[in-house]
Amino acid sequence: MSSFLSLRDVWVEYGDKIVLERVNLEIDEGAFVSIIGPSGAGKSSLLRVVLGQDAPSRGRIELDGMPLEPQCDSNRGVVFQRYSVFPHMTVLENTLFGLECAQAPFTARLFGAARRAAVAEAKDMLHAVGLGDNGSLYPAQMSGGMQQRLALAQALVKRPRILLLDEPFGALDPGIRSDMHRLITDLWNAYSLTVIMVTHDIGEAFSLGNRVLTLDKLRHDPHAPNRYGASVVYDLPLTRKDPPRGAAELPAARSTRKGKNNSITIDKIDNT
Amino acid sequence: MQDRGRSVVRWVDRRIGRTNGLLMGAVPILLLVLLYLFFAAERHAINPADKILPLPGAMVDAMRALVLERDPLSGRYLFWADTLASLQRLGLGLAISTASALLVGLVLGLLPPVRATFGMLVTGIAVIPPIALLPILFIAFGLGETAKVALIVIGIAPFMIRDIAAHTAELPREQIVKAQTLGASTWQLMLRVVLPQAMPRLFQAVRLALGPAWVFLISAEAIAADIGLGYRIFLVRRYLAMDVILPYVAWIAILAALTDILLAWSSRRLFGWAHRSAA
Repeated sequence: MSSFLSLRDVWVEYGDKIVLERVNLEIDEGAFVSIIGPSGAGKSSLLRVVLGQDAPSRGRIELDGMPLEPQCDSNRGVVFQRYSVFPHMTVLENTLFGLECAQAPFTARLFGAARRAAVAEAKDMLHAVGLGDNGSLYPAQMSGGMQQRLALAQALVKRPRILLLDEPFGALDPGIRSDMHRLITDLWNAYSLTVIMVTHDIGEAFSLGNRVLTLDKLRHDPHAPNRYGASVVYDLPLTRKDPPRGAAELPAARSTRKGKNNSITIDKIDNT
Repeated sequence: MQDRGRSVVRWVDRRIGRTNGLLMGAVPILLLVLLYLFFAAERHAINPADKILPLPGAMVDAMRALVLERDPLSGRYLFWADTLASLQRLGLGLAISTASALLVGLVLGLLPPVRATFGMLVTGIAVIPPIALLPILFIAFGLGETAKVALIVIGIAPFMIRDIAAHTAELPREQIVKAQTLGASTWQLMLRVVLPQAMPRLFQAVRLALGPAWVFLISAEAIAADIGLGYRIFLVRRYLAMDVILPYVAWIAILAALTDILLAWSSRRLFGWAHRSAA
């Protein structure tokens, strides 16, 4: 009965301020969920709750039927808009770090054969994001787009069950951004990722995601703006033109994932 | 008109090359030396036995005895023995302060429970004037080396700790979260993410602490010591021996400047990633 990731009646409150209220969500494995909404509508709060950085003040979050701890762990990878990579490590060291943490609890460094294996794995990952030849650079020597590629490689090398993206392309030039869109779509297909992406860019939300959530306040009290929190006001499943119309009604017609994925078009926007 | 407009470069935009920088830096120092010589010569013209502003020749004579000749009483080359004793105290004080700044500062900056428990204590200690504690140190540790090193440590460690703690606390939250999503434990986070990023700041903190460290060293030596640069200066003061005091002060300045240059250079060599954006 439970889906891959489910949020049941989740509230996020900071003191008197109610940020999110009554958020109920079921997210399927392999979905690419874009979250949009006006500033202050709790997009990032929702992401932080799923990430485990913040605990919901009420409600339950379950991953595969198991309650999620309100603490960051390697189930959930993340790429932030900035500061996602470690400035004191080279590209290769940044990518290795996750592998080293898992295998060397005390030193967090690998040696010999274990290191060679980890380096090979990290290099594969760097090739996948297009940084294959940049292993020895430091983040400060790279452009913003390359740093975000690195942040992706760093997260994906851990094979997270969910990849959370917090406006990952917000600080990039338009040209670089479309390159990154292609990259994330390819990675989503290649690694069968489940992605939740917060973005300001509505075009990006619709072109990348196969489900778009809009957060906003359902009620508003002008005398007490913090009295009511935001919740999901639109939940739009997107499908390609090809499948029959009925498929659009299903929250996520994920069987189409195996097909050609270059163009996702909005078949129908229905406010449910 | 246009020509002149182009040739006037604003001062904020002027670039100074390496050679020019050295030359320009030498000018005020040379001027000060000339100024001193002028006044010294003037005083000696009136009173050839003047001790307040000794001429270079007198300084060389006075220092020759300390640098090149054994002291008949102790059998030591006093200048070198003073230097060695002072540098030992300073080095030990700096080493202990640096180590504690790193250990305490990191933990204080990264772990909120530790900060809540000890943050106020460290701040409290940092605002006590260390010289006010000197009598306590002499009473507790006697007049030996321990009290002098302890004064240096008490004088500089608290603000170094606070500096490292503040720097650690300013690390972007995203980095800490990211490391945790990569599976890092608190220990791994400390070892691989926080510690390496605190190192350039630590070097910076040591450089800034050098000045106060010398102040506390000289103070401690002035009050109770039988050897050391500060001890010598305060000893010969009784005989108005400016011909010894001035070279000693210059020597301290050279030692401090060399340490500073060495630290800056090693920080650039060791932590290139932290200095690259400036280049």
